[in-house]
Amino acid sequence: MANEIRLKTPLTEEDVDRLKIGDKVLISGVIYTGRDAAHKRMIDLLNQGKELPVDIRGQVIYYVGPAPARPGKPIGSAGPTTSYRMDAYAPRLMEIGMRGMIGKGNRAPEVIQAMKKNRAVYFGATGGAGAVLAKSIKKAQVVAYEDLGPEAIHRLEVEDFPVVVINDTKGNDLYVEGAKKYRKD
Amino acid sequence: MREIQVDEITKTVKDLFIDANYKLGQDVVDAFDRRIQSDESPVAREVIKELKQNVAIASQGEYPICQDTGLAVVFVDMGQEVHVIGGNLRDAVNEGVRQGYKEGYLRKSACNPFTRKNTGDNTPAIIHYDIVPGDKIRIMAVPKGGGAENMSRVHMLAPSAGAEGIKDFIVNRMKESGSNPCPPTIVGVGIGGTFERTAILAKKALLRKVGQRNPDPDIAKMEREVLERINKLGIGPMGYGGNTTALDVFFEVEPCHIASLPLAVNVQCHANRHKEATI
Repeated sequence: MANEIRLKTPLTEEDVDRLKIGDKVLISGVIYTGRDAAHKRMIDLLNQGKELPVDIRGQVIYYVGPAPARPGKPIGSAGPTTSYRMDAYAPRLMEIGMRGMIGKGNRAPEVIQAMKKNRAVYFGATGGAGAVLAKSIKKAQVVAYEDLGPEAIHRLEVEDFPVVVINDTKGNDLYVEGAKKYRKD
Repeated sequence: MREIQVDEITKTVKDLFIDANYKLGQDVVDAFDRRIQSDESPVAREVIKELKQNVAIASQGEYPICQDTGLAVVFVDMGQEVHVIGGNLRDAVNEGVRQGYKEGYLRKSACNPFTRKNTGDNTPAIIHYDIVPGDKIRIMAVPKGGGAENMSRVHMLAPSAGAEGIKDFIVNRMKESGSNPCPPTIVGVGIGGTFERTAILAKKALLRKVGQRNPDPDIAKMEREVLERINKLGIGPMGYGGNTTALDVFFEVEPCHIASLPLAVNVQCHANRHKEATI
């Protein structure tokens, strides 16, 4: 990994502008969860000119549907879900100030373009490392769409949550550059 | 006829799903160890170490390996000398899933395809029955996550495509899947049968242990060749770049129609969860 950077949310334009693909970042502070169903509802609200249930300016959305918490634990396993399913919604949220997304897997070109335009980044968390990642989550609270169960929007308090920069604000893509480096034709 | 109570089936299914979601097979952990030594990419080695650490934490029984604890796929090999008593087999299996996902704090991921409303208890299970000789029931529990399943495909090739066409399709599928299925993956391949049969063969292929080759030496050779080609793609663990894109490739082959060459690729993430019991 090129660098190890600690960041605290909410993120500023300067925070994200200095990140480069491949950087390892440890995020602390509040992040919000959201998957397909919650995204759809948020975009529907925006289309109706209404307020979102959470203020996402400067915030990071983590694409995760956690496993249920055992008694005494804030959350169950909580690794990333595949991000392309949120591609249809992400540019709109970046337009209104979302600064970061955490997930796994490739993003559409228009999402990468929106990151460049709106100064936002896409972080990857290790897919299938849900038990390790849950240990960085200190508190979890449902703040919207409780009826969606694991897909509800949760407010998470995280400490040194480990991610890697996949797409930076310059339009670079770790998935392209990483594979190029190790491909053997 | 040997009589087996439905309660016993329910308990077995419940225990298998909890066990499968917390304890990953040693074959995958051993494959992690080999790859931590051999991958050229330092980032790749770090990711695999994180996966190994994750498996160790999960095995303590508080956090499942992955939050996506899957749809509940169940293979039931039913001995023809068995008489199930006290209820019906399908209900017994579903009840086991219901109890396992509740008591094991596993995520319920089953929903209506249109309304997306969650069924609330992870049922119905996807059950594949087979009637076999004997007086026992063999039950295999396979929690199947959505991310890797979404990258799977069935393709009806022209017979002229042959072995090369099959190999190219699989490698290309894994290339196009990129980082989405949480590599390093395990690739189940079904060849032959019909449209639906080839998909079941591909899923059954995933029940093998890493390193376990097809008994036919020619097919085993193809498995090794495809694995090598996938790992030359450079995608690496999580798609960050590296030489470990897949841990293994398993072919299951059956005869097909003279006009057809059915092929299924069932993609599985590194958390290749499956447990079985015989009662």
